[in-house]
Amino acid sequence: MSINEIDKNLPIDTVAKSSANFINVGERTNVTGSAMFKRLILNDEYEKALDVARQQVENGAQIIDVNMDEAMLDSEAAMTRFLNLIASEPDISRVPIMIDSSKWSVIEAGLKCVQGKAVVNSISLKEGEENFLHQAKLLKRYGAATVVMAFDEQGQADTEERKFEICERSYKLLTEKIGFPPQDIIFDPNIFAVATGIEEHNNYAVDFINATRRIRQSLPHAHVSGGLSNVSFSFRGNNPVREAMHSVFLFHAIKAGMDMGIVNAGQLEVYDQIPEELKKAVEDVILNRHEHATDVLLELAPKYQGDGKAVVKDNLEWRKLPVNKRLEHALVRGIMDFIEEDTEAARLDADRPLHVIEGPLMDGMNVVGDLFGEGKMFLPQVVKSARVMKKAVSYLNPYIELEKDQGSSNGKILLATVKGDVHDIGKNIVGVVLQCNNFEIIDLGVMVPCAKLLQVARDENVDMIGLSGLITPSLDEMVHVAKEMQRLDFDLPLLIGGATTSKAHTAVKIEHNYQHPVVYVPNASRAVGVCQKLITTENRALYAEELALDYEKVRVQHAKKKPRTRPVTLEQARENGFNYDWDTYQPPIPNKLGVTSLSVGLAELVDYIDWTPFFLTWSLAGKYPRILQDEVVGKEAQNLFDDAQVMLKSLCNNPELIARGVMGIFPANRVQDDIQIYADESRNNVTFVAHHLRQQTEKPKGANNCLSDFIAPKSSGKADYLGAFAVTAGTWEDALAKEYEDAGDDYNSIMIKSLADRFAEAFAEYLHEKVRKEIWGYAPDENLSNEELIREKYQGIRPAPGYAACPEHTEKQLIWDLLETEKNTGMKLTESYAMWPGAAVSGFYFSHPECRYFAVAQIQEDQLLDYAARKNWSRLEAEKWLGPNLQ
Amino acid sequence: MSQRITESKLIEAANNRILLLDGAMGTMIQEHKLEEADYRGERFADWHSDVKGNNDLLVLSQPKIIYDIHCAYLAAGADIIETNTFNATTISMADYNMQELAKEINIEATKLARQAADKFTAQTPDKPRFVAGVLGPTSRTASISPDVNDPAKRNVTFDELVEAYVEATHGLIEGGADLIMVETIFDTLNAKAAVFAVQSVFEELNVDLPVMISGTITDASGRTLSGQTAEAFYYSMNHVEPFSFGLNCALGPDLLRQYVEEISQVSECFVSAHPNAGLPNEFGEYDMESDEMASHIKEWAASGLLNIVGGCCGSTPKHIEAIADAVKDYPPRKIVKRKVKMRLSGLEAFVH
Repeated sequence: MSINEIDKNLPIDTVAKSSANFINVGERTNVTGSAMFKRLILNDEYEKALDVARQQVENGAQIIDVNMDEAMLDSEAAMTRFLNLIASEPDISRVPIMIDSSKWSVIEAGLKCVQGKAVVNSISLKEGEENFLHQAKLLKRYGAATVVMAFDEQGQADTEERKFEICERSYKLLTEKIGFPPQDIIFDPNIFAVATGIEEHNNYAVDFINATRRIRQSLPHAHVSGGLSNVSFSFRGNNPVREAMHSVFLFHAIKAGMDMGIVNAGQLEVYDQIPEELKKAVEDVILNRHEHATDVLLELAPKYQGDGKAVVKDNLEWRKLPVNKRLEHALVRGIMDFIEEDTEAARLDADRPLHVIEGPLMDGMNVVGDLFGEGKMFLPQVVKSARVMKKAVSYLNPYIELEKDQGSSNGKILLATVKGDVHDIGKNIVGVVLQCNNFEIIDLGVMVPCAKLLQVARDENVDMIGLSGLITPSLDEMVHVAKEMQRLDFDLPLLIGGATTSKAHTAVKIEHNYQHPVVYVPNASRAVGVCQKLITTENRALYAEELALDYEKVRVQHAKKKPRTRPVTLEQARENGFNYDWDTYQPPIPNKLGVTSLSVGLAELVDYIDWTPFFLTWSLAGKYPRILQDEVVGKEAQNLFDDAQVMLKSLCNNPELIARGVMGIFPANRVQDDIQIYADESRNNVTFVAHHLRQQTEKPKGANNCLSDFIAPKSSGKADYLGAFAVTAGTWEDALAKEYEDAGDDYNSIMIKSLADRFAEAFAEYLHEKVRKEIWGYAPDENLSNEELIREKYQGIRPAPGYAACPEHTEKQLIWDLLETEKNTGMKLTESYAMWPGAAVSGFYFSHPECRYFAVAQIQEDQLLDYAARKNWSRLEAEKWLGPNLQ
Repeated sequence: MSQRITESKLIEAANNRILLLDGAMGTMIQEHKLEEADYRGERFADWHSDVKGNNDLLVLSQPKIIYDIHCAYLAAGADIIETNTFNATTISMADYNMQELAKEINIEATKLARQAADKFTAQTPDKPRFVAGVLGPTSRTASISPDVNDPAKRNVTFDELVEAYVEATHGLIEGGADLIMVETIFDTLNAKAAVFAVQSVFEELNVDLPVMISGTITDASGRTLSGQTAEAFYYSMNHVEPFSFGLNCALGPDLLRQYVEEISQVSECFVSAHPNAGLPNEFGEYDMESDEMASHIKEWAASGLLNIVGGCCGSTPKHIEAIADAVKDYPPRKIVKRKVKMRLSGLEAFVH
């Protein structure tokens, strides 16, 4: 088709939207690209999610892209459900669907739901020719067109040559080897960011455009597509420049033959309305016309920014500002270099040293607070700002002491991680953010007993109490604290936060136990607003009323909520257990039985780190490494990541920091829902018993799973085995973190903890691999990349007590007994069965090729009693430990 | 005949003239006024549930009746006869608790048709007869919810359909079918499962039979029951590179014409049609006479819409004979190659 027909005078967005030559793919029904759509899907609001799809079609999307790649989702089920729903909506399903996933199983699930001819996004040579052709052949059989990424065994193509070469190779394989129709191939030769300041990136747009031209010229009938917004990503915050870049890029790419794309029409300037000066600068950048192109555009950019967001360059211009502006700049940008010098200058200007804090420093922090509140700054930046603030305050402190004056504060807040729990990263972050907003924080640390907490609250005359916890038993402890506060006639507001807490739990289980405000705080950025509302008596009353109404609503909703699937009896569930013909299966015999303890240098674990959760800890949501390119948080993610690498290096270079772990494999067989563990291969002497829970909701298609099912039953006569492990990044975590904390450096203190966390997880991954390849040895030839390890592409699982498949925490004691964990590693269990140190992982190993993770979810009365009998517990004890799984 | 020779003879015949399909099987069976005991025959005399109405079962319990119907259509001039297997999948047979008979029915039904076809081929070797192994739509739909309150619900999955169709296809091939015909498609997703199964079996057995696809436009909306236009439906199924593509059932020739024309315009393979003998009257009977039906079809042939034509509900050997006579002087529709483009579909076609 003729691309040259496009009239240069047409507005480019009109071209993109209506040209028969360019397909506009709707991009909003994508959980990785649209925060709103993701929220709707995660909240099970599929009706509203359908509206998003409908709007896309109404606004002219010719194909709609559907993506459900989100760790919190059963992506296959979500894809199936959403596509089935779309099938019932003729005004949506009239257009073809683009089934978008990085997981083949999700793509297949999608293909099984669409009656039309769909497009798959995507396949590539990433995992080699065999896999690529296998998938393509199936696509032919399902009847679908496909996007093919310019990605091969070596990685993603960046240069023109690589892009074209991979596409050409893919094309030949598809058309010559399996007769794939060339017109059903859509190449995505990767649009990358330009003008990043890195010289090698300057030619990326040209590489894409040229590769596109060559593809369209030499690979007949194939199409070219791409995701447009990447290209302008270094100008985040300057929409006019971004929009100009999109238009210019599209203009040239369409001329070269790009005929399809994921384009947000709202992010597109009309080509001819771009001011000449800007258009030229942008064109120079996109087409890489000269080496200073980026600099010229950078210089020009602020002139066109329309929304007041600064595009700041790294230079020392700001040193020429007056001192209070310098302080503000240092706070906002988190620059430590001149802070003492500037603070001193401010002190000399001020009547009293305290005025420096109350004046310019607080003004600066207010700017930070505002920017954070508006979503224009991100958590790692705020923590860095706090570090600067603390340094300034500690510089001033001796002078203030001399005046014997008390700093005035917004109010005093007591923070603690509750008894039995050792997790404190989130709590520390909340503390820092509140300090930035001039609240005084008393942090009692972790494992704080209720009595001590309330004693300090009285003695220090605090204004409110904040509780944090990560493991599920902590929820009960929070209920306990609330009841005690009621009993002891407290009237302070109580704040609830932490990973397992929720508005529903707070409303249903905690709030009615205490007649003063109980507030669920979903994240650090909310903490400030909440505390400000609670700190004055007038506001508090109003806010308390609002809250009470809100929680009442939540309670009513909760009461109305019917279980989505019907419960079955334990007996029925057992009958529908994992159905397997054990006669045909020989469980793998371990190379080494019994306990093995080991120590590993941190450097060895670096390759096994899964970085995505690291960013989550810092409230930056997105998949690594894609998050580094993210439109909104990418830059901050990169800065944080760079800082983490520096810290990581210094940790790895310290030979004293050793990760410790222990594992063991034991003869074992299943007896109903328990696993008997034997002293030796004679299997006569039962030394321990592992107890597991069974799913108890109706499963019309699958089994009612129980982990024990994956071990050969005793009655089968097959010798099977169960493994267990416990690992920690090491006992150094707390001490190192405290060093930074004492130095007023919360940023690095939190950094230490979040890295220790990653090391523990990496160790678990490392050890599991060693177990599969050597110690158990059932997969000696396994060869997986870190990415594949993270995606758990291996045989066998390592479920951890306290998580979905075995949610009952006391089973950790079994791991401690079985492996003599405390003696071998120094790791301990608290009374709530939290592990110390916090950066620790423990769990079981199952080897069966069909075993998989699942969530036990809600269990019924009969299983509660059955489990109690098996554990030799009273009903009350069982209710305590199984609480989260009971209605 | 070997598979390849059969296929080349079929293509040769289709290039030279308009081929005749047979007519309705159910209508012919009805005329025998069979009762429960007749359906059961000897073998199923003690079957635990009623089987009356299970027409496919007759290939086991009353093979002579089915064989004779095939012969009647062949005598009327049919080039291609369809096996009596419309409901012979585990999914549809479940209505009679006869799932485990599904494969056997496919085998025996194909053998009966094979015998009849071979007998007529032997009599007139210059007019070879072919057996199309029929895969029906099943009694369930994969893209329509059975529950108005839960539009995401389905009472059959793609995988379940594939499993059922794989078994049926094995039976059809084992019994000696020359072609596979996926017909009366009212939910395209079911048909996609059927051709997915067919192609899997072809790969497994290393055979490659011609595949006929025939959809059903349910009413004047011009769409399939699952909502697709004829063109969108064609793009959904085109990946199987069918031998022929067409429409059958639901409408008589008068109302079906415009959709056959639509298919004729987009199709890059042979075009087939086997309409009903009109619409059912108030007694549920089809009363379009053979000459009236033939006169409609004659006009289709004159307009160059057709390669293969026959009858569906209500048609009899008399109709087929009249149609054969009506089209014999017209050349078959010429196959046109269309511009190479990406042709996608939702409920509607999208060409790029």
